[in-house]
Amino acid sequence: MKLDLAPRLRAEHLTIRRGARTIVSDANLALNAGELTVLAGANGAGKTTLARAMAGLIPCEGRITIDGTALTAMSARERARALAYLPQGHEFHWPMSVAHIVALGREPHADPFSRTSTDDRAAIVRAMEATSTDYLADRIVTTLSGGERARVALARALATDAPVLIADEPIASLDGRHQLMIMELLRDIAHRGAAVLAIIHDLMLAARFADRVILLDQGRIVANDEPILALTAERIAQIFNISVHRVETPDGPLLLPSRPL
Amino acid sequence: MASDPQGRLLTVLLAALVAVLFAVSLMTGPAHFDAGIVMKALVSDQGVASIIVHDVRLPRTLLATLIGATFGIAGAALQGLLRNPLAEPSLFGAPQAAAATAAGLMAFGLVSPTSLAVPLGGILGALVSVGALVAIAGRHASLTMTLLAGLALASLAGAAIALILNLAPNPYIALEIAFWLLGSLRDRSMIHVWIAAPFMIASWIVLAANARAFRALTLGEDAAASLGVDVGRVRILVVIGVALGVGAAVSVAGAISFIGLVAPHLVRRFYGSDPTRTLLPSALAGAALLLAADIVVRLVPGPLEIKIGVVTALIGVPFFLAMIFRERRVLEEAP
Repeated sequence: MKLDLAPRLRAEHLTIRRGARTIVSDANLALNAGELTVLAGANGAGKTTLARAMAGLIPCEGRITIDGTALTAMSARERARALAYLPQGHEFHWPMSVAHIVALGREPHADPFSRTSTDDRAAIVRAMEATSTDYLADRIVTTLSGGERARVALARALATDAPVLIADEPIASLDGRHQLMIMELLRDIAHRGAAVLAIIHDLMLAARFADRVILLDQGRIVANDEPILALTAERIAQIFNISVHRVETPDGPLLLPSRPL
Repeated sequence: MASDPQGRLLTVLLAALVAVLFAVSLMTGPAHFDAGIVMKALVSDQGVASIIVHDVRLPRTLLATLIGATFGIAGAALQGLLRNPLAEPSLFGAPQAAAATAAGLMAFGLVSPTSLAVPLGGILGALVSVGALVAIAGRHASLTMTLLAGLALASLAGAAIALILNLAPNPYIALEIAFWLLGSLRDRSMIHVWIAAPFMIASWIVLAANARAFRALTLGEDAAASLGVDVGRVRILVVIGVALGVGAAVSVAGAISFIGLVAPHLVRRFYGSDPTRTLLPSALAGAALLLAADIVVRLVPGPLEIKIGVVTALIGVPFFLAMIFRERRVLEEAP
């Protein structure tokens, strides 16, 4: 049975508007230390908007706190140390080395005039070992495959050593094996004490790896629970307009999408 | 990671190259003086030698150094901000806008060419054009969008210059402006140096102060923001920094293009493509390139001196074409 987990990031009454349109309305959620939370919802449900607001990247109504301190009361540097954000798409614009890219995760800790510290080096090595990217250290990031880029992007976010990690579609456009690898990695990171939120489209993987699933439907949170309780066939039919079969396997219950409704 | 011996050595070599070219530039001209006399003439009264070295060659050499460095650092900073190796102040119309404003002020006799209003007007023109570019191309500034918006702005500034020449009160002024627009460091005095230098140095300071953000921006704007970079502030400050430097440079020397594209590209690979570390070497490479070009125009024999802007464009345009050719695959994939 699960322990009572400590909420790291708490979002209360978040409402996000863009012009006249309300993208997210009155969202309440907590990211707990030691938990991998998956945020799922149909295209356009407001997942990315909610994630960006929680990362402090866009303004919103309501209150976001990390360990009790309001996000708006933190300096950009304090926020960057408390929360790592991995955006969609894994952009790398310059042909820099992988080691150099991962080191960018240490920017929030860096003094303008000091060199890389031993703490920095240790964190970079840990992040690269965790993501199995250490053998890529000297490779040029723009020459890597999609799966390698996804792992390097994650290593960069991990190098910050932030207690909260928010990852927007970290497994989009990856093949099956890499999807499983990244999901396992996110779960391991959480189980070692971080509060992790990942936006995932694949409900099967969400059910398989998440400790908690939050479902977003047209900007409203309609479920926030253990995967088995959140991902009911009725709810999936209602939100995603698909029918699923629940299959018992040695790895636990799996959801198999069956057909569009 | 933060520094490596190869990059440092190259930085030192580039600085030495600038120093050598600076000295050669002081010795280049129709009147021949020995190196010893030139150095003495700089600091003490050596009669004719002092007048020529001090009043003719020194301003020209100082301007070549300052302007080359300004274009180099401005190009490197714009490339860092837009995450795009083809970004260059003159591709976006900033120098053209500065030239149009300065030409307008001169054509209608509002101010004398040595007045502080010329560089100030030039800076304002450059500021408006770079601001418009960022506003039009938008936050996610794709390659295609940025180049198209820049082309439009450069064309608009070109049309404004044509209009000014068209409406110039007399043909003598029109011809004067047309020649000025070709870009030259000839017949500039220390007054020009004093007018432009503060703006250029201010631009270096503004750009260098924001350089650290370029490294994080390689991950895109959201990731950079999550690493503590105030992306909006950096964007505005870089735009202001580029406009300050380029505006001042163009206002005293006319249109000198492509240094900002060529200089960062020459040095980047030696600094691990780190857009932050590329700034200083780009400034040094820019200064060396413009000093060399200005020495070349004085050595080419002929009744008329070739304008330095013509030389940089003649070298820069084929270089730009070569870069487009190399980036062809990326450009064809662009949305």
